[in-house]
Amino acid sequence: MSLLVVKALCKRFGGLQAVGNVSFTVAAGSIKALIGPNGAGKTTLFNLIFGALPPDSGQVWFDGKQTDGWKPHQVAAAGMARTFQHIRLFPKMTAWENIAVGRHVHSRSGFLASMLGLPWTRREQRAVREKALDIMRFLGVEDRADVEATSLAYGQQRIIELGRALACEPKLLLLDEPAAGLNMRETSEMAKLIARIRDTGVTVLLVEHDMTLVMNISDEVLVLSYGEKIADDKPLAIQKHPEVIKVYLGEDDA
Amino acid sequence: MARRRNLPIVVLALAVIAVHLASAAAGKPQYLTQLTMAGYYSLVIVGLTLLMGYTGQISLGHAGFFAIGGYTSGLLTTYNLQGGGAFLSLLRATGLLIAGKDLYGGDLLVMRPWAACLIALAVTVGIAYLVGKPVLKLRGHYLAMATLGFGTIVYKVVLGSSLVGAADGISDIPAFPLFAGLAVTGKSALRVQNYYLAWGLVLGAMALLTNLIHSRVGRALRAIHGAEDAANAMGVDTARYKLHMFVLSAALAALGGVFLTHYNGGIGPSEASIMKSVRYVAIVAVGGMANLWGALIMGVLLNFLSLRGSFGSYDDAVFGLILLAIMLFAPDGLLRVEMVRRLPGLGRLRGRAP
Repeated sequence: MSLLVVKALCKRFGGLQAVGNVSFTVAAGSIKALIGPNGAGKTTLFNLIFGALPPDSGQVWFDGKQTDGWKPHQVAAAGMARTFQHIRLFPKMTAWENIAVGRHVHSRSGFLASMLGLPWTRREQRAVREKALDIMRFLGVEDRADVEATSLAYGQQRIIELGRALACEPKLLLLDEPAAGLNMRETSEMAKLIARIRDTGVTVLLVEHDMTLVMNISDEVLVLSYGEKIADDKPLAIQKHPEVIKVYLGEDDA
Repeated sequence: MARRRNLPIVVLALAVIAVHLASAAAGKPQYLTQLTMAGYYSLVIVGLTLLMGYTGQISLGHAGFFAIGGYTSGLLTTYNLQGGGAFLSLLRATGLLIAGKDLYGGDLLVMRPWAACLIALAVTVGIAYLVGKPVLKLRGHYLAMATLGFGTIVYKVVLGSSLVGAADGISDIPAFPLFAGLAVTGKSALRVQNYYLAWGLVLGAMALLTNLIHSRVGRALRAIHGAEDAANAMGVDTARYKLHMFVLSAALAALGGVFLTHYNGGIGPSEASIMKSVRYVAIVAVGGMANLWGALIMGVLLNFLSLRGSFGSYDDAVFGLILLAIMLFAPDGLLRVEMVRRLPGLGRLRGRAP
């Protein structure tokens, strides 16, 4: 069953075709990777799926609902979470508070209840903190809970951002270059972590440049070039795909 | 955690009592008058601190909301409805109106202060909503300019309309009776009671707002400040949260405006002036932006000195200078949470790990 269905999605920026007529599906419980050279439209495609950008045409179906045209917070409430290519942690907030923001859609204290500090909001508050700490334990960073998130080492910031997305308890997790800026050891740990997340039942769609990571953990790989889909297949088949090889290695200058 | 958060509230309550006793012992009860007024201005400042320091949305129009509150309540409690009409008799039947005599013995029919106060708050909330909805889509300088425009409009309207006394403002605004003989009035017989009333309101506001900061909503507001797109992606309806915070801070400003207007028995256009808005922003900045207690302390200190006339005719210039100096030399404000954390023995309080 497909958790995400993208149909003929198009987005132009002025004269530039950023995403042109891209269609694909992501099966529930799988990891799908989105690869392609710089400027291929990967992040734009992410933004279209998440509602951060409105598509010019085409449809996005998530979990049986047509979500194109929705705002990001509505998409998030429907069960999608994301990380960013350039880490977007909340400064001046501790690591656990950053992760606690991810609990937003699963808690309900509003302005009035929060100001009055009603018993049920205090209970909810404690539950949110416990959940955030649970996630930090799952990620192995529980000792960083009270540190200001943006003062952490780069690799740990990536982990906290991932934790924040996990706190949403998403059905679909969108990871935009989760291994960017990580060293080899951190990259392989990130790969294991993503596989572990998939094993908890979360479907993953990721953009990544690190081919070892992509080929090791993905069930399917989608290749974009100049905004268009050129291949969508199993990792092994992708590695032999003539079009993909051409895009990545360049054509013979013959 | 909750108990630790209540500690500053208790300290503030004790400080309020201590200041009263000290002023009585020193034979300077008149200080309480300026502290009462400073308390009402503090309501504007703590609300603005949440909007600017925590949510990251600047407003150069908060004197406008203060004035809308004060002017609405002032106008309704002084405007003579004597005359007739079916609507008026209906109003009269609801008990919202009160009859009296004016200075020259003529019949006077005006609105009761509590009704006027509620209407003033409702009007401010409505205006804040209508202004905030489109304006909060703007960011940074653009938001600053748009709110400045709003503040200018309010100032020019109250300055230009004879209905609210134009340049003279509204005077002879009646006391605002609350309960058990307590009334918001500048009469020296009720000076101490009014001091405690004002600071009771400030204490209440501080208790509510400190709760808010450490809640789900507070985290969402701080997240909007830090990375709005990421907050939105985490499910925070950023437009709605910004608007609610804007309206809440406007309502607090209006509350301060209503009470101060009845306390002073009048209000003038200077309360709506841009310089007042700049003053509020300067105080939030000097208090440390995202520092509710810093803003409160600096607000009381600076407003008290200003009301005592310590800055003479350079009053507005002093606040301009403060803003300039803070932005140049201490953009994080004078009173910073980090400073408290660095004090020996207090480092553990906020749990700053090494």
